[in-house]
Amino acid sequence: MSERVAVRKTYKLFIGGKFPRSESGRSYIVQDSNVVLASRKDARDAVVAARAAVKGWAGATAYNRGQILYRVAEMLEGRREQFVALGVPADEIDAAIDRWVWYAGWSDKLPQVYGGANPVAGPYFNLSAPEPTGVVAVAAPEAPALLGLVSVIAPAIVTGNTVVVAASPAQPLPAVTLAEVLATSDLPGGVVNILTGRITETVPTLAAHMDVNAIDLTGVSDAELAAELEVKAAENLKRVLRPAPAGHDWFADPGLARMTTLLETKTVWHPKGV
Amino acid sequence: MTATATSARSDLSELGRSETALRTFLHGLPGVDQVGAEQRAAQLGTRSIKTTAKAQAIDLAIRMVDLTTLEGADTPGKVRALATKALRPDPADPSCPHVGAVCVYPSMVPYVAEVLRGSGVHLASVATAFPSGQAPLEVKLADTRAAVAAGADEIDMVINRGAFLAGRYREVYDEIVATKEACGDAHLKVILETGELATYDNVRRASWLAMLAGGDFIKTSTGKVPVAATMPVTLVMLEAVRDFRAATGRQVGVKPAGGIKTSKDAIKYLVMVNETVGPDWLDPDWFRFGASSLLNDLLMQRTKLTTGVYSGPDYFTLD
Repeated sequence: MSERVAVRKTYKLFIGGKFPRSESGRSYIVQDSNVVLASRKDARDAVVAARAAVKGWAGATAYNRGQILYRVAEMLEGRREQFVALGVPADEIDAAIDRWVWYAGWSDKLPQVYGGANPVAGPYFNLSAPEPTGVVAVAAPEAPALLGLVSVIAPAIVTGNTVVVAASPAQPLPAVTLAEVLATSDLPGGVVNILTGRITETVPTLAAHMDVNAIDLTGVSDAELAAELEVKAAENLKRVLRPAPAGHDWFADPGLARMTTLLETKTVWHPKGV
Repeated sequence: MTATATSARSDLSELGRSETALRTFLHGLPGVDQVGAEQRAAQLGTRSIKTTAKAQAIDLAIRMVDLTTLEGADTPGKVRALATKALRPDPADPSCPHVGAVCVYPSMVPYVAEVLRGSGVHLASVATAFPSGQAPLEVKLADTRAAVAAGADEIDMVINRGAFLAGRYREVYDEIVATKEACGDAHLKVILETGELATYDNVRRASWLAMLAGGDFIKTSTGKVPVAATMPVTLVMLEAVRDFRAATGRQVGVKPAGGIKTSKDAIKYLVMVNETVGPDWLDPDWFRFGASSLLNDLLMQRTKLTTGVYSGPDYFTLD
């Protein structure tokens, strides 16, 4: 009997719930695997997919979004071995799973903590409620590959935003594998879109894109590039999360800032009449 | 040019006189190779049009747009806003050309006419019991006359598909002739509603029928049935206008309508026009896009080319 030939995997992009190759046809090699080198047009396509997903995702109930994030944690638990095989340490996988659960819990609590009734000097109810800002572009941290990625995606989407993530160029395999987890977690297509390749190619396009509402520069380690991207982001007043300081501890309690930076506050004045 | 067209040159004008002659002629047209037409259309859609060529194509496509609103919910205010957009599609960029025409229902024509007067943007109105065409001839003609009297200089009529599919070609022919007469100086666009004609052979026959009867433009669809303009159907129609000009010397325009939503689609059509009938038709007088959402995509692409930054739908008006 002839020896069986193993099926080798091609690590592709994750756009609109599908796994396309780059329109440019390019790839690069990481850990002995071919990984797609995304182009500026892939970034554009990802923004189109993310924009299309905003209405449904932001319109879903907070409870439903929480359930789906919890489902992601479940699926990640089941695929633990895949991440181990890619060299992700076990404690990092645990922390990543816990992080999904932690953020899932915030879905229907954040509006209570961060919004509420305002006392005003007039016969009105005055209520403030946080709403998602829309499409968020994210430069994922270079390391830790899995926990860092989860720590930037989960806070952005739990409130109803959709994201286009530029994965760590040096460690893209956990990112694409996480995309497979997301694709099987009831997460609607387009809510998370993952691009692999050079940060310098995709992120400037996203920073300048007029249909992107916020940008998270966490993974941009070059201070000069980060400043340049902030200037680009200013053109349409994107909300900006600045790069993480060197030596940031990703295992520590993440706090609320990642969620609250990517929100808009809606305040309504409602007359009290009976 | 087809052999049939050549032999028919001498007596084309006589065809409308008898049902038999018309039928013999239309059924004598060569059949369309379905697979060939679809393959050719698909192939023409693969050309890469970039940078300066793309910029030219986008500006040409904007000039070719028939900015359309055909909703029961149209109001004077809405069509006025649409007409204003037609004059200056991108308020932020004065170098952006105006569109080819505004296309509305007859009752909305007076409001649009006020805005467009003297601007060079044409005013098209659908007529003849659009979109079904299922009304008595007198009603259809009155509809047409009213639209022209209100200020429309282009009339988009629908053919009687019921009669066409039943083989009563003479009836369809006579209706087009009568509508053309009712139009006076206004240009007549004949909507074939290809989505209801079922075969490419029928599309070819309907195209010839419309041209023989005096249509100035042949248009694919009303936009009111599920299947609107497609590349292969437009290819068949382009071949028909090419052969018709070769046979009679008269040039007829083509207007695909419905379902063309992106700049990429529009550019594919322009490539097909250039490759099938040549640059003579690459002009708003001879080729139009019936569309509404296409314009915003063209404007976004245009903005990308001029600023280098991807734009978003937030920066353009909805209607």
